[in-house]
Amino acid sequence: MPPSPVIRVSGIRKTYGRLVAVDDVSLDVLEGEIFGLIGPNGAGKTTTMECVEGFRKPDRGTISVLSLDPVRDIYALQHRIGVQLQAAQLQKRITVWEAIDLWASLYPRTVDAEELLSGLGLAEKRDAWFMTLSGGQKQRLFIALALINDPEIVFLDELTTGLDPQARRTIWELVRGIRERGKTVFLTTHLMEEAERLCDRVAIIDHGRIIDLDTPERLIRRHCPECTVVLTTADGAAAEHFRGIPRLVQVAADGERFTLRGQGDDFISEVIQCLSERRMRVSDFRTLLPSLEDVFLRLTGHSIRD
Amino acid sequence: MKGLLKLTLLELKIFAREPMGLAGTILIPVAVFIAAGKALGPRVARADPAAGDFVMVGLPVLAALLIAFSAVLSLITIIAIYREGGILKRLRATPLRPHTILTAHVLVKLLLTAVTLALLVLAGRRFYPAGLHIPVVPFGVALLVTTLSILSMGFLIASLVPTARFAQPIAGLILYPMLGISGLFVPLGMLPPAVQSVALCLPVTYAVSLLKGILAGEPWLAHTTDLVALAITFVACTALSSRVFRWE
Repeated sequence: MPPSPVIRVSGIRKTYGRLVAVDDVSLDVLEGEIFGLIGPNGAGKTTTMECVEGFRKPDRGTISVLSLDPVRDIYALQHRIGVQLQAAQLQKRITVWEAIDLWASLYPRTVDAEELLSGLGLAEKRDAWFMTLSGGQKQRLFIALALINDPEIVFLDELTTGLDPQARRTIWELVRGIRERGKTVFLTTHLMEEAERLCDRVAIIDHGRIIDLDTPERLIRRHCPECTVVLTTADGAAAEHFRGIPRLVQVAADGERFTLRGQGDDFISEVIQCLSERRMRVSDFRTLLPSLEDVFLRLTGHSIRD
Repeated sequence: MKGLLKLTLLELKIFAREPMGLAGTILIPVAVFIAAGKALGPRVARADPAAGDFVMVGLPVLAALLIAFSAVLSLITIIAIYREGGILKRLRATPLRPHTILTAHVLVKLLLTAVTLALLVLAGRRFYPAGLHIPVVPFGVALLVTTLSILSMGFLIASLVPTARFAQPIAGLILYPMLGISGLFVPLGMLPPAVQSVALCLPVTYAVSLLKGILAGEPWLAHTTDLVALAITFVACTALSSRVFRWE
């Protein structure tokens, strides 16, 4: 039996004055998956997420989370979801343990707080003030607060923005850990690498509208089927040999370095086959596969950082 | 209820950790009160009636109001900082009800006001000329009513100020001039008529009248107008700020 949707969003629209923040957004999030809403800043990610969390009421459309109405049933829902908000802070001089303890006191059912802290690598920081924590530690604390009530769905809004690559990787591991415990994760990010590495399915959103929604692999295959091989060979007849590759689109040479672009899943195999049939010696061989970043560029005509 | 108690105690603890928190709220008003008493005390001894009246009635009322104002200013600043830092929003994303989050802050401020007042009473006994008698319980109740009323104005201001940077100066600009024409320094009757009618629209004027009266041992019934005015302020400001309060 395929997993059932735990979040159903259909046709929501949200405007702030004359600004249309979210326009006709529909999506389903399935039980047990990591679902990513990706797009540039201001695309409508946070507004969409906050409508789902019950913080904002959409002007139009319907949302159901765990079969509840997030605005009407907000208090019932809050016991079953965990929330990490974008750019949130805590009191400067609250300690890690005090925050955990306060949050734990607000829910009827909680996980073991000590275990949660050590699992997130915060055990040594339990008596540290919030203001003394590093960016990564703060985010881990917010993950802890989002998990304290053993929620069924965890919402993570721009979780790794502003973190260094090392801290980011640590957080990714933690998010995968959340999924392994059977939770559903709904996250937003403007980092395409993060979405590609972490998410089971992503929805690309730009200017308040969802452009496409699928697994990262399928999105890439659908929108950016080409791939590139870069290799170095001293073989004088290399350019000529390469032109015989069936799926080749373009070949460019820079001295002994060749860049071959082709289309389709078999292109790389064809390049390797050509090299072995012609007994060409190569001193370097790399494949460059398209990423979600390329998909985004192709779909929207602009880079996600513009 | 459990959440309110826990949050209140926690906020109190956090406040005590602020470097200037306790000193600014409690020690400075007490120190000013003692210094003023020391400076003016000798003139009372020389039986200067005007100075005597001010030391015996005006100064305790001024000190009490300054405590209330400092509680309100600090509340406004904290709310603004919490809002700007996303702390209010984060707390709101828990089963804590919005009014619980705000009530916790009000309780912290009331508690600090009470502690400061108690210290003032003790300091008054120790450092003021004989005869300064403060009816502690009635005066405490009057100050509680006053503080709640001014806190509600504070909430309204906190709902409207754009950024944390401006919260304190704006609130100060609104509150302190009210004190200037409240009848504490210059009797209301001696103010120009236009200023008098403005003063009569301001809650601080009624607070001063109430506190002075209770301090002088007048009965509560003589101050029904003051109590009603402060209650109207409280209800109106609370109702209004619950409509316009911004969580983020």
